[in-house]
Parts: sequence; structure tokens; C-alpha cells
Amino acid sequence: MTAYLLKRRTTLAGYALAAPLLFAVAPAAMSDFRLEQLARYLCFAIVAVGISLAWGRGGMLVLGQGLFFGLGGYAMAMHMKLADAGAGNLPDFMLLYGSTDELPWWWEPFRSPAVALAAVVLLPMALAAAIGYAVFRRRVRGAYFAILSQALAAAFAILLIGQQATTGGTNGLTNFGGFFGFSLHDPVNRRMVYFIIAGTLLALMLLTRQLFLSRYGELLVAVRDSEERVRFLGYDPALVKLGAYTLSAGMAGLAGALFVPAVGIISPALVGIVPSIQFVIGAAIGGRASVAGAVLGAVAVAWAQTTLSEEFPAGWTYFQGGLFVVVVAFLPGGLASLWHLATRRRRSRAGETGRVVAAA
Amino acid sequence: MTPVTGRTEQPLAGLEIEDLRVTFDGFAAVDGVGLRVGPGDLRFLIGPNGAGKTTLVDAVSGLAPATGSVRFGGRELLGRPVHRIVRLGIGRTFQTATVFENLSVLQNLDIAAGSRRRPHTLLRQRRGVPEEVEQALETIKLTAHRDRAAGSLAHGQKQWLEIGMLLVQNVRLLLLDEPVAGMSHEEREATGQLLRTVGEDRTVVVIEHDMDFMRSFATSVTVLHAGRVLSEGTVAEVRADPRVQEVYLGHAVGEEA
Repeated sequence: MTAYLLKRRTTLAGYALAAPLLFAVAPAAMSDFRLEQLARYLCFAIVAVGISLAWGRGGMLVLGQGLFFGLGGYAMAMHMKLADAGAGNLPDFMLLYGSTDELPWWWEPFRSPAVALAAVVLLPMALAAAIGYAVFRRRVRGAYFAILSQALAAAFAILLIGQQATTGGTNGLTNFGGFFGFSLHDPVNRRMVYFIIAGTLLALMLLTRQLFLSRYGELLVAVRDSEERVRFLGYDPALVKLGAYTLSAGMAGLAGALFVPAVGIISPALVGIVPSIQFVIGAAIGGRASVAGAVLGAVAVAWAQTTLSEEFPAGWTYFQGGLFVVVVAFLPGGLASLWHLATRRRRSRAGETGRVVAAA
Repeated sequence: MTPVTGRTEQPLAGLEIEDLRVTFDGFAAVDGVGLRVGPGDLRFLIGPNGAGKTTLVDAVSGLAPATGSVRFGGRELLGRPVHRIVRLGIGRTFQTATVFENLSVLQNLDIAAGSRRRPHTLLRQRRGVPEEVEQALETIKLTAHRDRAAGSLAHGQKQWLEIGMLLVQNVRLLLLDEPVAGMSHEEREATGQLLRTVGEDRTVVVIEHDMDFMRSFATSVTVLHAGRVLSEGTVAEVRADPRVQEVYLGHAVGEEA
């Protein structure tokens, strides 16, 4: 019980530290350019929160989060393109490629800000629910599930590239002027986007932590460890997994949607296999089973990628791969488990001293 | 022992199996079994290896596809998915104890108690220990260990935890697959007492190889051989049956009969 309270206090202290860091220190200490980079990393961190839920707790290796990230991103980007173009006009790239003079029907709903905002979360969640229902019912799991989700992300990227006239193809959607009426050329508004992202991240971390502590969180671990046993307790494991998978997709969609105003682009290269794997690597290195571990891992890996790939463009990929292998092989709980090891060691040492005192 | 066997709002019910067949690639593992376990019976299912005992339990619990009829309390079980059969009040254990090793004893029992909970209550944190979980902890004598990870329990304790998980599920029919395999003598005694306690207001079917254990605790026995029922009755009746002695020649029953 005391251990539980202690843990609770540590977590609260963590948030009490993180919030001022994100909201006061970072904006004050960093240049606009660095702050925008941080905003990008925090978007990846939001995806990592979902991965820690689905993979860390639920045991579903979600190797295709790019699909949901992309759905959210494109939904937001389509709305921003239409808003930039103004009522009745086509987005600039459609005029440029000149292959269509009428807005495709599936673009039309995204004119409405309300529809677009709902779609960035609900579209990925609906698709994940449909995929999950079909897949978990048939008891597809493990590597098969991972490969399937990765194939879907690849298919999505290929589809986007093939539909250049309506999706912008390889170039994706870029050159945005405004974000719900606020000009993105104004540094103050861009700073606002950063604050929205940081706030969303903290809110989702708290939500996910609450889920971990709930009965559902315990049930999810039980399903991960022994799906068959859970079935013999009268639950349908498919539904338990479906919940976590769908939520993680919603988070990835939201991250994609926030990525667009923060970075100014969404393209097939950001939603295919490679980014999907990178999402997972960040969470794995930080520690997939803990929200904070996954978030810090995602930020650290994204930061290292930017920084180190500037210095050693060729070496970075090998370094990242090597780090991934080392962590998975020797530290399956990620770097977050080092913290737990340290506290346990400290506690056992304290216990020994206690015994010595008692003996004396 | 105090009456700590948990809630039983529903009356006792019996298990009726008729012409049950389970076939794997043309091999009939269970070949037309007919079996009646009366309400409140503590039935032991014995038989040599490959007699079809576990397959029979698999069929009843929905794990192996079967033909024929299995009714519990008048309701047909065959054709229903596993988790629906569980919700009708049928629970089982496996030869190797399968508890959630990373969760505590308390969490294991809490999850087992929860399949009837409404979905939104799942989103809340567990506060306090539910009544039926407290009772089950008492019955399986693990109250002192409730915060330990289930993976760190001794072998016997894991089996008891599994039985406890069936109790909090409020099952009316327990199917136990070799619950005392690998247990010490003291653990066997304790398990037998536990079976008696839980059997007071439930129907229990136990698959067992241990003849001493069976003699001490069975109220009735069914002997399976090659997928069929060879003999059925009280322990004494079954032991006196010459066909059983033949199957078990050189084994426990034959030796001591």
C-alpha cells in the first residue's frame, strides 16, 4: 500500500515537473525554430502514448500506426487546404496538376471545421475498430498481426502516391496559410500550436495512466499474458483488445492532425512503413509498458534522429537499429525499467539495513 | 470449516451428456459418451492415458468441437462460444495452472469476478476488495498472500488460486483437470478438503490419475476407456468391476483390490 502511494506521489511529481517544463521553460529558453522541432517530437510522443497502451499493456505490436497518423493528418490538411482556398475554390495543388476542375466528393465534408475536427479522431478509430473486429475475432495475433498492420500502412502510402490529382501524391499536402482562421505565418500563432500539442500530450498521458490503473488496465494485461484464460473467465478477449487498439488509433490520428499545423506538411513518406517502425522504436527504447517511458523514448529518438542525422547522415540508421536491438535483447522494459531496477535495489538495500538495526 | 463458499443465488444443477463424440482427423477421441452427473455430485473421471478425459472436458467447455448433446441445468452447451458457456455457470481449470503471473492474487480474483460487470465500471479503479473475493481468499487460504504476484506462488497455491477464480465467477459446475498433479501430500489433503467445501453447493467434476486421492474424496466415479464409458458408480462399485480391474491391471486399483 505504501509502495502504491509512493508510486502515485512519484508520478504526480513527474507531472508537476513536466508541465512547467513544457509550458514555461521550453518556450522561454528555446528559439522558435527549436520549439517547432519540439512540437514535432511531441506529436510523435502522442503516438507513443497510444503504442504504450496497445503494445505495452495489450501486447499488440502495432507496426502500422502511420496509417492512423496519416488519416488524422490528411483529414486536418484537407480542411486547412480548403480553408486556405476559400469558399468555392479548389486547393492550389489541384489547380497546379490541372487534372481535375471539380472538387472530389470526399473532399467536400472537410470544408466544415467541425467535421474535420471530429474526423481526425473518429476516422482512424472507426477504421481501427473495423480492422480490429475482423482480426481479433479470427484470433490473429503476434507477428501475424504486426505484419498485417504494417502492410496496411504500406498500402495506404501507396494509395496516396497513386492518387496524385486528389491527394497531392508523393509531395503530399503542404503550404498552409492558416489554422482555423489564425495565420500560421505569425510566430505567436505557431507558438499557440505548440501549446495545444503539449496540452494534448499531457491530457492523453493522464487519461492513459488512469486506464492503466483501472480494472480495464488489469484486464488488458491479463489478455496480453493469457488470452485463452481470460476467455474462460467469461470475457470476450477480442473486445478487450479492440478497445485498446481503437484508442491507440485515435491518439495516432490526433497526433497526425496536430503534426500538420506544427510542421506544415503531411506526405506519404510520413505515414508509410519507415515512420511506422520509428514510432514503435521510440516507445520500445523508452519503455513500452510505462506511459512516461514511451513518451520520453519517442522524444529522445526523434531528437537524436534530427541531431545525429545532421552530423552523421549515413551512420544514424545503423545506430538506431543497433540501439533497438540492444534494448529489445537486454532491456525488454526499455530504459524506463532501469528506474524500476534502481528503486528496487535501493529498497532492498534499505531493507537490509533495517534488518541489521533490528538485529543490533 | 465456516461456510465461506461464496454466493449461490442459483439452485444446484446437473450435467447431462448424451452420445458425445469428438473426432480429430478421423480418430474418435471421445466416442459416444453418455454421462449424468447429478446436482451437487463430486464426480471423479478416471481412466488410462488417452481415454478421452481431457477431451471430454474440452468439449463441455467449448474448446473442442463435438457432436451429440451436453446439457447443464437443461440448457444445451454445444455450439456456444467459450465465453458464453462460462456465463452459463461452467468453469474449468487446466492441467498446468494458468493464472496471470504478472498480476497479484487479488487482481487475478478481481478479474475473475468481473465478467458480469458493466463495461463502464471497468474504467474505474478498484477500491477495496469485493465481498466475494474476500470470501474466496478465505476459502483458498491465500488471504495472507493477496498482494503477491501470482507468478511467485508455489505450485499448489496456483491451483488453489485457479479454483478461487472459479468461485468468484460464481460457477455452478467446476471442471478440474488433474488439480493435484505434482502436489505434495499435505497439499493434496488441503486440496481435497477444498473440493469438499466448494462441492457443498456446486457440482464438481474432477479428472484424476491419483487413485488414493480419488478414494479419499470422490462421491462417485466414472471410468473412461478408449473414448467410452467403461464403468460408473461409487468408489467401491467401480473398484469391484472386473472390466476396470482389467484396464488397470498392475495399476493402483487392481493392485489393491
